Amino acid sequence: MEEIAPEYDVVVLGTGLTECVLSGVLSVKGKKVLHIDRNDHYGGESASLNMEALYRKYGNIQKGEEPWKKYGRVNDWNVDLVPKLLMANGELTNILVSTDVTRYLEFRQIAGSFVQQGSGARATIAKVPSSASEALSSPLMGLFEKRRAKKFLEWVGSFDQGNPSTHQGLSINACTMKEVYDKFGLEATTRDFIGHSMALYQSDEYINTPGQAVETIERIRLYANSMARYGKSPYIYPLYGLGELPQGFARLSAIYGGTYMLNTSVDEVITDQSTGKVTGIKATMVERGNEDQSMKFETKTTMILGDPSYFPGKTRISGYLLKCICILNHPIDKTNDSDSVQLIIPQSQVGRKHDIYIAMVSAAHNVCPKGYYIAIVSTIAESSANHHLELQPGLDRLGRIEERFMGPPIPLYEPLEDGKKDSIFISKSYDATSHFETTTDDVRDIYRRATGEELVVEGLREGVQVAEE
Amino acid sequence: MAGRGPAGRSGAGGRFAQFKLVLLGESAVGKSSLVLRFVKDQFDDYRESTIGAAFLTQTVTLDENTTVKFEIWDTAGQERYKSLAPMYYRNAHCAVVVYDITQASSLDKAKSWIKELQRQANENIIIALAGNKKDTVDENPDKRAVPTADAEAYAKEAGLLFFETSAKTSYNVKELFTAIAKKLPLDQAGPRNLRANPRTGPLDLRPEATGQQGAGNCNC
Repeated sequence: MEEIAPEYDVVVLGTGLTECVLSGVLSVKGKKVLHIDRNDHYGGESASLNMEALYRKYGNIQKGEEPWKKYGRVNDWNVDLVPKLLMANGELTNILVSTDVTRYLEFRQIAGSFVQQGSGARATIAKVPSSASEALSSPLMGLFEKRRAKKFLEWVGSFDQGNPSTHQGLSINACTMKEVYDKFGLEATTRDFIGHSMALYQSDEYINTPGQAVETIERIRLYANSMARYGKSPYIYPLYGLGELPQGFARLSAIYGGTYMLNTSVDEVITDQSTGKVTGIKATMVERGNEDQSMKFETKTTMILGDPSYFPGKTRISGYLLKCICILNHPIDKTNDSDSVQLIIPQSQVGRKHDIYIAMVSAAHNVCPKGYYIAIVSTIAESSANHHLELQPGLDRLGRIEERFMGPPIPLYEPLEDGKKDSIFISKSYDATSHFETTTDDVRDIYRRATGEELVVEGLREGVQVAEE
Repeated sequence: MAGRGPAGRSGAGGRFAQFKLVLLGESAVGKSSLVLRFVKDQFDDYRESTIGAAFLTQTVTLDENTTVKFEIWDTAGQERYKSLAPMYYRNAHCAVVVYDITQASSLDKAKSWIKELQRQANENIIIALAGNKKDTVDENPDKRAVPTADAEAYAKEAGLLFFETSAKTSYNVKELFTAIAKKLPLDQAGPRNLRANPRTGPLDLRPEATGQQGAGNCNC
């Protein structure tokens, strides 16, 4: 086994998406990166698992049985651990394009974006209207309400924060979203689908928070612009699953000299007693199937980036995510047999404080064999017991379920400190939102704290060497 | 965007097909040098470990009607600590596994990479075994550590193409890639959808690819 360099600019722990994007960007910018993961695979909490690994992770196995065998070849399955999709016009798409990581990946649209109105068997499932013309044909609203919604969406499209003449006479930077909705006379059910299925807020807190109107409007614009980009839904998805994303950014890092080590556990983070700052790490790499051939090493570094699982004493829990991965052999009822959907059940429709999300993908995205569908039902936990009951309104939408994978509530970690004291910069867990916008916010935040600069991704690919054809 | 192939088009001008080729082998056996010779007809004696060779392409003309384009993936050094991602093997149509004929252990490594390919890659992947640094042995025959017959026998048994090569003198480099091209299933190369249909096909994510960018063009 080759020797590790005596010193790196940055050591990165965990190969989740946040860490891999940071590695990739830092490597392109000339930093010498050592990237380590204790697992034998890339992706950490944002990996995609094959069927056998999924059964083993969730422990749905009777002794001596191999239940995954009834689902065909295990490697035909790439089941995401995080229930997220990419916004077509979102920041992750921008970073993928700016770094040319799109070379390694292929994306398809998610076929539909739906919202539920009402509950139980009589609930309406309808496409989320994202434009003025769609509002006019939506079954979610009555005749007069459609016209009001059309006016509202037209206004959102022409809104410009810097131009007061587009502010409808509101003091837009200070007012609440309630005042904006009131201005257009929108009904409660309309506010519900706009706030939850377009602005993608998971609770109703945003409505009465002064100063949150602009953010809400920008979120609706991101939804509408993403929708307008490819046509079927605002979401796109990589073939073979979300686990391809960290792999793509890890490759970018490696191309720029990043060193990658899987199966490697961190034995010690070394800090300077006088300055309190990190100076290096001790770690051990184990060779799979050859455990006595482990390699212990020590290397110097000026900073460490990593996911919360590597720093148990330096994080707190901000909430719990409930998630149930379901294998289906049919599409979801009332979604026009779409091969992939995002379906949002706003909290008020089912007597909750947080929305329930259903993200479903299928063979159209090469994540499972033909005839199967993978649906993930998720929400933010509101109680400490019976969390399967919290997901029930979502599970009810799925019809017959072949197999369920549901672990205990997933703690969402965030760092206690900003890392400036010890030069250890810790990422947040993948949250309950339906997309990666908060993930890229975290990437930018960590980059800013670690380097003291804003992350500018535009133009990063100019340096990539590609041979002439 | 990179084609996942096999992609191709056939028409009046003949057949054109694109295939993904991956490189494997121990560090410093000359993987990148072989590709650099093949793609750019260059050689550098003191080349550093692979940096910045994201993605190389080169075409081989088999006859006046048939052109094969290789999309060549370098390991980017991720083989060093056995950290190649599944993405690397995904949809690879062919692989060149390289060893150094002056280092016996590098052939053992090559054999373990071939096992890994058979585990991770497509069943019908075409694999070529390349014993590189032939020039060193030509200069000084005592340096040979792997007899040609041994490697050849192994390749035959495992169903691999086999060449001894020199990236430095370009000996057998073109022959190696041409032999692979000839074995590829050109007939299976379907028509490539050059202007991808975003409703069904792969999406082009570049902003210039769609005319509906920016809030001003929001179709609200």
